[in-house]
Amino acid sequence: MQFDSLDAFLAMGGYGFYVWLSFGVCFVSMLILAVVSKTRHKQLLAQVLIEKERQARIKTARAGQKRTPSAPPLSNPSVKE
Amino acid sequence: MWKWLHPYAKTERAYQLCTTLQPYFWVGAITCLIVGTLWGLLFAPQDYQQGDSFRIIYIHVPSAILSMSTYMAMAVAALVGIVWQWKTAYMTMIAMAPVGAVMTFIALFTGAAWGKPMWGAWWVWDARLTTELILLFLYIGVMALYSAFEDKQQAGKAAGVMAMVGSINVPIIHYSVEWWNTLHQGATISKFDNPSIAPEMLWPLLVNLLGFALFIAAVTVVRLRNEIILREQQRPWVQALAAEKLGGSDAV
Repeated sequence: MQFDSLDAFLAMGGYGFYVWLSFGVCFVSMLILAVVSKTRHKQLLAQVLIEKERQARIKTARAGQKRTPSAPPLSNPSVKE
Repeated sequence: MWKWLHPYAKTERAYQLCTTLQPYFWVGAITCLIVGTLWGLLFAPQDYQQGDSFRIIYIHVPSAILSMSTYMAMAVAALVGIVWQWKTAYMTMIAMAPVGAVMTFIALFTGAAWGKPMWGAWWVWDARLTTELILLFLYIGVMALYSAFEDKQQAGKAAGVMAMVGSINVPIIHYSVEWWNTLHQGATISKFDNPSIAPEMLWPLLVNLLGFALFIAAVTVVRLRNEIILREQQRPWVQALAAEKLGGSDAV
């Protein structure tokens, strides 16, 4: 152990501000990078599910349209006159 | 070797490999970073000239070395992508870019906070510092170019060419302290036969170097998985995976 007390450790021989600023910024930026990357993973998986459900809805809607192909368009006001 | 390597060009296999490797990278990275940092801060002896301010070396040197190594790895991934047209290679390239950029930022910032007490200035337009700043801009350029294209195969090609051309900067950074008269001190550990640092100071540095490398690997793997999901979201295996991970609310 190079330091006698906690105070001496925090003071870093008078260079405390620079040493702790460096270590702080270093580990905070690494933490932010890791957390952002991990969070994005969950967001993407959720996005995949939403997109999948949307595609399924489109598919069922199309299938519903096909079942009644003979019905003419209900109203087309510009042609009616 | 090619036969062994080739399946990993498929995104599903690459994803599985990432999932397998990830826990080892994280455990290794966190262990090495804690051991190396505590060892460096608490037990390594003081520098006879710089006192305790030299302890910044334990994050400055690993991040600086690895900002260059990550760039080279990214350029190699770009080369593989361009030569063999591997989709996963471009994905790896773009997964690494933000990690490398953060490492470059850490190297620049810790360098500034070390330069202030030692040189009396946060920043000087010195060869080593300027070329390292250019490295940061290259990383940002690769990311910006990649995001500028809608077609990601095109984006990979454009950003890949930029990554490869920019790799010329890496040897310039490395030799800048020898080629020009700089304020920055010379290499400390890259001459392994005769390192100009005492062994009690060197060991925690090597442990932290390993820790930073594993951290970069871990985050790269996380980001590569993200990139694969984003690009392959129409594939059944990705959709099955999402359904499995997020619970069974989606019995569609």
